[in-house]
Amino acid sequence: MMPGDPAVDGITLPADLDADSVTWVRSLTGPAAQRAAGLARLHEMLLRIAHSELRRRSGRLRITGPELDDLAYQAAADALLAIMAKVGQFRGDSRFTTWAYKFVIFEVSAKVGRHFWVNPPVPMDAEDWDQLPDRFGLEPAREAERRELASAVRRAVDEQLTPRQRQVFVAIVLDGVPLDALAVKLGSTRNAIYKTMFDARRKLRAALAANGYLDDQTSRRT
Amino acid sequence: MNGWSALDRFLRTDPRDVGCAEAMDLLHVYAELVAADAAAAEHYPGIAAHLRACGPCGEDFDGLLAAVRGAAD
Repeated sequence: MMPGDPAVDGITLPADLDADSVTWVRSLTGPAAQRAAGLARLHEMLLRIAHSELRRRSGRLRITGPELDDLAYQAAADALLAIMAKVGQFRGDSRFTTWAYKFVIFEVSAKVGRHFWVNPPVPMDAEDWDQLPDRFGLEPAREAERRELASAVRRAVDEQLTPRQRQVFVAIVLDGVPLDALAVKLGSTRNAIYKTMFDARRKLRAALAANGYLDDQTSRRT
Repeated sequence: MNGWSALDRFLRTDPRDVGCAEAMDLLHVYAELVAADAAAAEHYPGIAAHLRACGPCGEDFDGLLAAVRGAAD
């Protein structure tokens, strides 16, 4: 098998795929002995990435020491299973390693999201509206402005959002629950929670603009 | 930035935003374009918009880019 051959054990790969990626796919789909060596190499790579990713995030996590190592091992093991289940779907639209890294990064996020509930820093649904101005950097000295902002947003939340949108807004914005952790708690997905929050943000902005708190330009982009 | 302007920035939504599912599906392709300085945001404006607004996907993207760049070092 030469790099760029169009097929590896029935998997069609782009003719211009890099040699390293072809080698990876061939080793993971070949005979048992070859596959075992490929799996060991893949696991080693995934574990290295899981560790470095957890170290990168460690300043924002309340996880250290053996617990961090344990999460890295779990993420690498689950990513390995996911990759082997999907290696036949590898389209070759990136290097194999980049595609594989993605699985372990996602697993790290999932593990961190679940771990949040081991010792949550705040109770969910505390609904402390006094926190809201702090979330948007309003200094305590600007008391009147803080009261006005909290009152306007709370009114818009009460009047415009569905119960589900309100639940998600309160958890994320007031209680500071990370989105992935909220998805775990609600038995949902990151995509679904993001969409709920996206719709809530759009409705709240429209309401605050209609009431003169924000300008009504809706198409400003960064 | 603070107060109303920070709230305004948080509440603004970009109609090009593709959402998490599509961004996650193509994150490896997007990360390689960024690593190669190949005008990723021009090729995928919807993903760029999403990564600006979605904390978890932005975090995953940063991690993936760090892994890609680390592997290339």
